[in-house]
Amino acid sequence: MTPIMLELLVRSLWETILMTGASGIISLVAGLPLGLALVATARGGIAENPWLNSVLGAIVNGFRSVPFIILLVALIPVTRLIVGTALGTWAAIVPLAIAATPYYARIAEVSLREVDRGLIDAVRAMGGNRWTIIREVLVPEAMPGIVAGFTVTLVTLVGASAMAGAIGAGGLGDLAIRYGYQRFETTVMIAVVIVLIVLVCGIQWLGDRLVARLDHK
Amino acid sequence: MNSVVSAPASVATPQAEEVVRLTDVKRRFGATPALDGVSLTVRKGEILGIIGRSGAGKSTLIRCLNGLEQADSGEIHIEGRNITGLSEKDLQPLRRRIGMIFQHFNLLSAKTVEENVALPLKIEGLGKAERLKRAAELLDLVGLSDKAKAYPSSLSGGQKQRVGIARALAARPALLLSDEATSALDPETTRSILALLKDINQKLGLTILLITHEMEVVRSVADRVAVIDAGRIVEEGQVWSVFANPQAPITQRLLSGIRPQLPEHMAARLSQVAGAEQILSIDMAGPAAQGALFADLSQALPQSFRLVHGGIDHIQDQPVARFFIAVPARDASLPEKVQTFLKARGARVEVLGYDANHA
Repeated sequence: MTPIMLELLVRSLWETILMTGASGIISLVAGLPLGLALVATARGGIAENPWLNSVLGAIVNGFRSVPFIILLVALIPVTRLIVGTALGTWAAIVPLAIAATPYYARIAEVSLREVDRGLIDAVRAMGGNRWTIIREVLVPEAMPGIVAGFTVTLVTLVGASAMAGAIGAGGLGDLAIRYGYQRFETTVMIAVVIVLIVLVCGIQWLGDRLVARLDHK
Repeated sequence: MNSVVSAPASVATPQAEEVVRLTDVKRRFGATPALDGVSLTVRKGEILGIIGRSGAGKSTLIRCLNGLEQADSGEIHIEGRNITGLSEKDLQPLRRRIGMIFQHFNLLSAKTVEENVALPLKIEGLGKAERLKRAAELLDLVGLSDKAKAYPSSLSGGQKQRVGIARALAARPALLLSDEATSALDPETTRSILALLKDINQKLGLTILLITHEMEVVRSVADRVAVIDAGRIVEEGQVWSVFANPQAPITQRLLSGIRPQLPEHMAARLSQVAGAEQILSIDMAGPAAQGALFADLSQALPQSFRLVHGGIDHIQDQPVARFFIAVPARDASLPEKVQTFLKARGARVEVLGYDANHA
């Protein structure tokens, strides 16, 4: 592999990390409250509101039904509004984050829903309000699942970011398609796949370690 | 209700201040009434045990007291204040006056033991140093000082419930609610947890309301007992006096495992047709049960009876005796004389039937 190719590989890795990291953080910041809202407004939840719950559920399902490559194109006007351009790495973060947020919200919802109702009762019986329940019970008790779910989301984003090459976002996936696949450069293909494997394993390993530290069950 | 003998002096006299007063409280779940007009008082400093089978409404009852469950009608007064119809927000300060412990402990797994105990104080808005100081005091009270930094998952069931008790006491409540707190524990641990509750009741003068399906729990710690069945209080009184003379059929059933019963093979032979021996049950409680009854009986009426089964239990320092005797019935006047003698000594005598086959 030529030094130029190597440089390209490093740059693509950085673009992938940037896209995955930025959209991951956004999906965490937006998806966790959305997951909380889904759990809280559900029947028997701490802020029961069936109407709001079905609206939120429908929005989440709507975004999750659209294939990412279509979302990528469909969101071009939104991306242009936010980033100023519809092309490049930063432009790809917008559709990636918008796709990952409902995905992560559902994962967080599952973890939050599994928190024992008895714990919520215990804190209500102490005189805690909803905010106390969220802060002291729901989020801390679901934390191992929240982190494990975030790990899954990040790995999914590494995969999804490959498609962002379609709008010139770069990244490892794009490199593999343009050089490895379209130009039959098998070495590049293999190199990219190895880097991706290392990246995904690294994310998973970090996530698992964090979960093990957080889990006191 | 149970007027076999006069009531003994108790921690909670009828004149004592009421911590809880329920008036005709009703609660339905769909078509089934969980509480069907419950009226009850809990006096300051006493331990009231509410006993009933599962589904009798006892969980709903205890959850109504701190507003975890709302009553449909009726009034619930806590320390003189009517809490029925209060909003969740208005209930919050009130709940800080009421501690609660649970069957499954309900400790937060992500928090250490001391953080669990300090949580009610955090909710109250106390500073961290103060919270941890109070938590340390409470852990000392329940004998778990060395576990302050441990996580609940590393504790045994009994230790978890001790943490639950410490947590319930953190905000210095006026009332402690115990929701089947020992039902998930083995008999030995149950005894130690009950001893701790009794100790706290005496040391701190804390009023405790506990619900259970085990008579043994009521027997060992409660001052008074209320029996709930199908959402109604069917019997209420001093524990020793209810044990000595249970009125409601459900109370008798709940007590059947803990009071002496006529041995099964004898009960099977029992006949209402006059036969060789008359079988009597004798119930005595309080001062009446302290005399040398059987010695006196055999002196007054020699060879008048055969002791079949029974014993004396001590509940709240009161003797509660229950015996079964067989009286030769060939001469019809002898059973008559025995009964008259026993009744004169303050015993409750019941003719269960005759045993024709006994030699």
